[in-house]
Amino acid sequence: MRALQACIEGIGVLGPGLPDWPAAARVLKGASPWEPTPVVLPAPACLPSAERRRTGTVVRLTLAVGLEAARRAGVDPAQLPTVFTSSGGDGQNCHEICEVLATAERELSPTRFHNSVHNAPAGYWGIATGATAAANSLCAHDASFGAGLLEALCQVAVDHTPVLLIAYDASYPEPMRSVRPIPDAFGVALLLAPGANGPSLARLELAWSEAPADRMADAALESLRASIPAARSLPLLAQLARAVPGRVLIDYLDGACIALEVSACR
Amino acid sequence: MSPLVLRSFTATSAIGRGLAATLASLHARRSGLAPCRFETVSLDTAVGEVAGVDAVALPGELAEFECRNNRLAWLALAQDGFTEAVAESAARHGRRRVGVFLGTSTSGILETELAYRRRDPRSGALPEGFSYRGAHNTFSLAAFTQRALHLEGPAAVISCACSSSAKVFASARRAIEAGVIDAAVVGGVDSLCLTTLHGFHALQLVAPRPCRPFDATRDGLSIGEAAAFALLERAGDAVDADAVLLAGTGESSDAYHMSAPPPDGRGARAAMLKALAAARLAPHEIGYINFHGTGTPSNDAAEGLAVASVLGKDVPGSSTKGATGHTLGAAGALEAVICALALEAGLMPAGVNTTQVDPALPVNYLRENRSAKLARVMSNSFGFGGSNCSLILARAG
Repeated sequence: MRALQACIEGIGVLGPGLPDWPAAARVLKGASPWEPTPVVLPAPACLPSAERRRTGTVVRLTLAVGLEAARRAGVDPAQLPTVFTSSGGDGQNCHEICEVLATAERELSPTRFHNSVHNAPAGYWGIATGATAAANSLCAHDASFGAGLLEALCQVAVDHTPVLLIAYDASYPEPMRSVRPIPDAFGVALLLAPGANGPSLARLELAWSEAPADRMADAALESLRASIPAARSLPLLAQLARAVPGRVLIDYLDGACIALEVSACR
Repeated sequence: MSPLVLRSFTATSAIGRGLAATLASLHARRSGLAPCRFETVSLDTAVGEVAGVDAVALPGELAEFECRNNRLAWLALAQDGFTEAVAESAARHGRRRVGVFLGTSTSGILETELAYRRRDPRSGALPEGFSYRGAHNTFSLAAFTQRALHLEGPAAVISCACSSSAKVFASARRAIEAGVIDAAVVGGVDSLCLTTLHGFHALQLVAPRPCRPFDATRDGLSIGEAAAFALLERAGDAVDADAVLLAGTGESSDAYHMSAPPPDGRGARAAMLKALAAARLAPHEIGYINFHGTGTPSNDAAEGLAVASVLGKDVPGSSTKGATGHTLGAAGALEAVICALALEAGLMPAGVNTTQVDPALPVNYLRENRSAKLARVMSNSFGFGGSNCSLILARAG
């Protein structure tokens, strides 16, 4: 097996009390306390106004973290293939469609319908950035972050291209919230590249493990990790925040973990 | 790319359960589209419904996955010795070395739509027994298929609207080429539901009569349902001359609009060019193209221009959606399987329902079946969000 590896050239984060990567890094390395204030989503200034009005949480979330990662890497997002991954996509939109379909009239809005596709954030990303390379949109329930990371690392290894991975989740309203209790929105973007072209942050190398996934030492952050599928990335982000080499175990499908060797990128 | 062999494949749609029935329908130019009588839907449209899906019983150990989409998947997995071929592959490579990459757009959403009619009148809660993970979640299809086939390798659903189950071929070939796995179950399953029937109706993209792709008076699509699967392995040297190979994949994004292609079809063009480059083929080496061909005025016009600009206007082509309906997240895999049948049988299937090919479109659209030895064929799949994927399949010898 060819080693699946990549250099991380940029990171974007947006979650409760984690407004961007530098702030998240300070929390994750223990330099500042975590104050879990609700996520504040920036308006998607890069979208034309007609499209902007049609966007909800997940489009704003993915644009925010994806653009942050590209900006920190100094890379033009228009040039990047993307891998989006999410457990539930746009739960609010899904709920509203199901409510309308339960009425006698069933008068569904066309915008609601085209926003219902799992790859809607990828579609808006293309419109906002002009990126015409391949965009993929994955789902693997609670393993969605691991599945997206695996897909992105395969693209880096086989297609020899930088890839922007964007993992995200958002909460459902009731009654779906009771059966799928995701407390808030969380997004993370990693710009992964075959080799270091500039100021890379770290190198990742993937292996498999049957050991249980790493947990966060802080109980509140562990609760965040466990309750939002995209936040299963937190042990990796914490390792990157500490900027030390080490091995991280990330949740994947039942009975398997993705092990990541994090080292300095040369 | 290194070619992969389709070690086994199967399809179940409105034109047949399994390969023999599907091929017989293609030979007979039979359409599976009929006036919509699905559930309580009263839209004036035709649908491609698979007969007998609700009569399928999942085995007890898979009960948590009960929903129309997984019943359709189970029905299809039982055809053509597919399950046995996967078991043989898993025995050879190991269960952890066989991946599962499947496409769906709506998974088991029908269960959720029906559950919303039965919410508790006081609390608004969903009814007892509603299974988020087993039915609603987009990953349900891959979790179900992985369990049904006793596989333990990497798994994901790729959900890029109507390109979903073409793109699974690209992800699977990368995972095999990277050495993460030795084989992959790829495919797509999408089933009738209220969201897509009423949603496409809201967008005014649904035809009142069975769809007529590339017709001068085409007026929209017909929705269908299908399940199609293929087992991919490295082709190696010991492949029969009759075997069907995955020779190339190409993916692109329109970066244009959520639900309409750019009129010049430039995103489609980019996907086709990438597939040709991956397969190291020249355009004239493609002998037949299975168009995405939904039957909406703008989609067919953009695709016609794109295909003519890449392959020329003479390459014979057809859309099989006049027969199957647009099976959305299953369309890529269904049409890849139809292309594999075309290669095996030496049949270029006609586009049924179309009576007068649009003279404004620069295409060689087949209205009659044509017998010919085919070596390489292309299949296009495009979806909402501007997601494009082209596949090239080829005979090994």
